[in-house]
Amino acid sequence: MNLKKNWWKLLACILLFNTVTNGFLGQVPAREILNETIRNLYFHVPMWFAMMTLLFISVIYGIKHLNNGNMKYDVIAREAAHTGVAMGVLGLITGSLWARYTWGTWWTQDTKLNGAAITMLIYFAYFILRGSVEDEQKRGRLAAVYSIFAFVMMIVFIMILPRMEDSLHPGNGGNPGFNKYDLDSKMRMVFYPAVLGWVLLGVWIMTVRIRIAAIEDTIHGLSSRQDLKTL
Amino acid sequence: MLKEIRLLLYKEFLLESRQKQSINGLVLYLISTVFVCKMCFRTIPQPAAWNALFWIIMLFASINATGKSFLQDSRSRFLYLYTLASPQAIIISKVIYNMLLMLLLSVIGFAVYVLLLGGNPVQNMSLFFANVLLGTIGFSAILTTMSAISSRTSNSFTLMAVLSFPLLLPLLMTTIKISKNAIDGLDPSVSYRFLLVVAGINVITGVLSYLLFPYLWKD
Repeated sequence: MNLKKNWWKLLACILLFNTVTNGFLGQVPAREILNETIRNLYFHVPMWFAMMTLLFISVIYGIKHLNNGNMKYDVIAREAAHTGVAMGVLGLITGSLWARYTWGTWWTQDTKLNGAAITMLIYFAYFILRGSVEDEQKRGRLAAVYSIFAFVMMIVFIMILPRMEDSLHPGNGGNPGFNKYDLDSKMRMVFYPAVLGWVLLGVWIMTVRIRIAAIEDTIHGLSSRQDLKTL
Repeated sequence: MLKEIRLLLYKEFLLESRQKQSINGLVLYLISTVFVCKMCFRTIPQPAAWNALFWIIMLFASINATGKSFLQDSRSRFLYLYTLASPQAIIISKVIYNMLLMLLLSVIGFAVYVLLLGGNPVQNMSLFFANVLLGTIGFSAILTTMSAISSRTSNSFTLMAVLSFPLLLPLLMTTIKISKNAIDGLDPSVSYRFLLVVAGINVITGVLSYLLFPYLWKD
């Protein structure tokens, strides 16, 4: 293993090992209703950080592709969106499980929850769009334009609208976020490394997917994206 | 630029006046949808449901109206058009045209809706229509761009709805909230911050359409 280049993968492993051990065994404040579910903070919240990071990468490479039409950037944008959506789905599942044990229901009519679900819908539409265009250059361009639109509207939906009305979600609508419970900062010590660890894992999965895509291109005789293999 | 936009708008109106069946078709579509709703619901006593149904009908009518913005012109005519005008002028004229079309459809839709479903629960008409006017700008910007995207693909009709619905939701939910306030006759000051959100979304979507459209038309 080339440590100079891949040190961040090792870091991801160490951070996630710490997340799993300290996340499950470490001290957390004892609270009514929340009880041990407060540990979901180390798994649910970082999923959204990872999703936002990956979708942001996807938009950046979409813009790059629009600028010069290089197909390499389109592959990166596509795989970043794929991995980001997978992270988002995991975020929805972990959130839904948590809601079952604290709010007593899998899903409620809540702006924050709806915002997350609609983000998933937008990106599923993005994949449908990609699937409906035959020509490679045209597909990349249309997908990039849509993803820019999608990303901006997603920011509106999950950052601005939930602040306009009441929400059950911790940290919104007057509900305390974890920082109100975490008086001795013990949770912070696990939470921040966990965020970084999950983000790095997401990026890692993305690079693996990009390399697989490059290998598939080689098999199909498209050699223009060879340099992606060494990513 | 302004002259180009004016000429392109003139072209749109000229085409529309020559093919009256398409606008008549949209009006009939509205009437039929409202009639189906009347048959299914009989009456709608709750203002919240009345309001939501009105916006859903308008949403579907708008998607139908704008979906063909880039489909009706033939490919060769498009190429000709693009040699004459800048892409910016084309998108601005299409957005303005679709906005006016939607405005017309909302007024007709509202009249038909009130007539067929009986009773007008709206207490503050000026706020209601100010909201409709403001909402159509963002609707038009999003729908015109999505229509440009979907017209380039192989299954454009499904894609038009699939791409637009989730993007329209923030705007739709805010306009539904304002129009509920107008129906309940709440003081307009309650709605100001929501109107501000709609105006903000309008600016964002307008700028995005303007900037991104040039990438959509070249092949």
